[in-house]
Amino acid sequence: MGFFDRLRDGLSRTTQQIFDRFDEIVRRADDEVQQAKPIDVDTVEALEELLISADVGVAATERIVAAVRERARRGESLRDLVKQEIRTIFEAVDAPPATNGQSPHVTLIVGVNGTGKTTTIGKLANLLKASGKQPLVCAADTFRAAAVEQLEIWAKRAQVDIVRAREGADPASVVFEAIQSGRARGRDPILVDTAGRLHTRTNLMSELDKIRRVAARATEGAPHEVLLVLDATVGQNGLAQAREFTNVAGVTGIVLTKLDGTAKGGIAVAIAHDLKLPIRYVGVGEGIDDLVPFSPQEYVDALFQEKW
Amino acid sequence: MFESLSTRIQEVFKSLRGEVRLTTEQVEAALREIRLALLEADVNFNVVKAFVDRVRDRAMDQAVLRSLTPGQQVIKIVRDELLALFGEAEGGLTKHAPTPRVVLFLGLQGSGKTTTAAKLGRWLARQGRHPLMVSTDVRRPAAIEQLAVLGEKADIRVFAPETRDPVARAGGALAEAKAKGFDTVLVDTAGRLHIDEELMDELLAIRNAVQPSDLLYVADAMTGQDAIKSAGEFNRRIGVTGVVLTKLDGDARGGAALSVVSVVGVPIAFVGSGERLEDLELFHPDRIVSRMLGMGDVLSLIEKAEQAFDKEEAEALQEKLRKNEFTLDDFRSQLRTIKRMGPLESVLGMIPGLGDLKQLAENKPDDKQMARVEAIICSMTPEERRDHAMINGSRRRRIAAGSGTSVEEVNRLLKQFTEMRRVLAMIGQGGMPRLGRGMKLPPAPSKAVAVPGKKRKKGGPWGLIKTR
Repeated sequence: MGFFDRLRDGLSRTTQQIFDRFDEIVRRADDEVQQAKPIDVDTVEALEELLISADVGVAATERIVAAVRERARRGESLRDLVKQEIRTIFEAVDAPPATNGQSPHVTLIVGVNGTGKTTTIGKLANLLKASGKQPLVCAADTFRAAAVEQLEIWAKRAQVDIVRAREGADPASVVFEAIQSGRARGRDPILVDTAGRLHTRTNLMSELDKIRRVAARATEGAPHEVLLVLDATVGQNGLAQAREFTNVAGVTGIVLTKLDGTAKGGIAVAIAHDLKLPIRYVGVGEGIDDLVPFSPQEYVDALFQEKW
Repeated sequence: MFESLSTRIQEVFKSLRGEVRLTTEQVEAALREIRLALLEADVNFNVVKAFVDRVRDRAMDQAVLRSLTPGQQVIKIVRDELLALFGEAEGGLTKHAPTPRVVLFLGLQGSGKTTTAAKLGRWLARQGRHPLMVSTDVRRPAAIEQLAVLGEKADIRVFAPETRDPVARAGGALAEAKAKGFDTVLVDTAGRLHIDEELMDELLAIRNAVQPSDLLYVADAMTGQDAIKSAGEFNRRIGVTGVVLTKLDGDARGGAALSVVSVVGVPIAFVGSGERLEDLELFHPDRIVSRMLGMGDVLSLIEKAEQAFDKEEAEALQEKLRKNEFTLDDFRSQLRTIKRMGPLESVLGMIPGLGDLKQLAENKPDDKQMARVEAIICSMTPEERRDHAMINGSRRRRIAAGSGTSVEEVNRLLKQFTEMRRVLAMIGQGGMPRLGRGMKLPPAPSKAVAVPGKKRKKGGPWGLIKTR
């Protein structure tokens, strides 16, 4: 099952309403008589509502609407214009994963509480293992009750090694240990689960900085990748989260989880637009296989597919 | 919380305030800003539209535009309409419930149900109740352990049967409560999507088995526009009596969750405002609206202070103030009291007029700085703490070395302390402005000492509080 099917599967429920709505708008705007005329106020407003309701955010919505407005007179399909505009936003930041040949490759997973970091690590370990790698997971969430146990269960399911610490231990030291042990055992990449933290808590954020520094001491250039896990249901606060985590922890990409609900994860568009951060993976279910690499083309296609 | 929204709205109001006459254009401009501010706060698109329309209708009334204080009138209209949006109801659990009362937590994954259950357990225990907690989350790995650990931390009994059947676990807890005399049962459930038929059925089965009087929908304050759909669906399928808004200690504006109130028609019962188990508060719509509009939230501050302050200690302190005997020892115990009230930033946010001030990045109050100040004081001898005048250059060097700070920092602290003492003496003798019950001392001094490296400007943060 490829990205497209999986995403479509998850998004089918998701997008039904947004899509019906969109369909109604474009049906009106796409007929040939209408295409010759400039877009009317009702259509613009409906489009705005559609995008805002998908959490795309005010700035990105304005850009999309403006672009559509400007070009619509040329007789192009409204649907294609919107799709194209969103794809452009994603493609402007669609960079390949940052691999610099360093071994072991260290990936830090960060985010606020409850977005699905631990679950994502489990799925990611499984995904990497399936592609022939030998990942090692590191349980550096020493704060939340039973977080380490949760990751242990995931590690067992994905059949990967885990380096864990006692609750309350210093997370940075666990990371150091994990990198050492990973190198000794020939494990690569190393996936580090960190405690959820609100991006406004200065103390907790500086702990991330410490983890970074300690990781860099253990192996050159680490962490090589920092993934911010965002819940697809998150609203405009997702932007604030991405901004702060990027400032402190140097986020290199986004993982969008819980796309199997009715939330559209439109914040991904806002983040790509405002912060130029690429989306790396999307989580589309509770199963261990339900994490897939993100593809802007397929995402937008799936979002605006005519018939399911 | 809500700072960004309140800042936006305050900015609009700044332009309105003091206007002798308002034109319809000015009102429109203000409305446009409010609309944007609300949308960026994730308030539902249709709620925003209706809200702006209502405010426009009322604000464009000639009586308002021609009144002596049109700006203030518009602000009042916005305030009224916001209050209407939040709903009138005060938070808390439902008024009447059979004993034992059963509280069921529901919501999406990661909204904070398990933590909220433990926090509510702690909250109830403080009210003299005897809660029993049970987890029915057999899906998420280690969820049951998480509640067990939290229960231990909160000193709340957790019912932990062998069975992995969620309905049996919940039913068992109810029976256990009846047998052992617990008066409240808190049932944590697995996070689930509102479109997951199988899991929604399971939730229904749990509900039917324990007949809860309170069904609390736990919502993340950071949630987006989809909140209405999921909350509405939970309400339709299972029933919801109240919303618990979590993670409000961040910078989330909670607009979507608040839209839930106006669209789904369920009141907000509690708000979670921090990571400690104590960080759960009753929801008060009027206070939140006041904070959004930058009018401060003095009532919540006083409640927090009352919890943290020891009454006798406070009275003794006032006596000392009167006699001008305030020492570094007293100062340190004040610092510790303030620490008990929670992170400095959230405390300061409640003070009227300080909402704006928090913007000044260089003046950002920092709990770490408080720790440094405390370390400096702890490195003094008891004699020095009693009489700061005796701390000479050599003593300052020793204190700096002992506390791992610099002589400059020690100097600054002593200077600020002297200044503070002078002001406090004035207040102590002249009778301080009554802040309200139980508040004997403004928690202001910490603000002044919390910004080393920055010369306190006249009329700075502290000056503001002092004059109020």
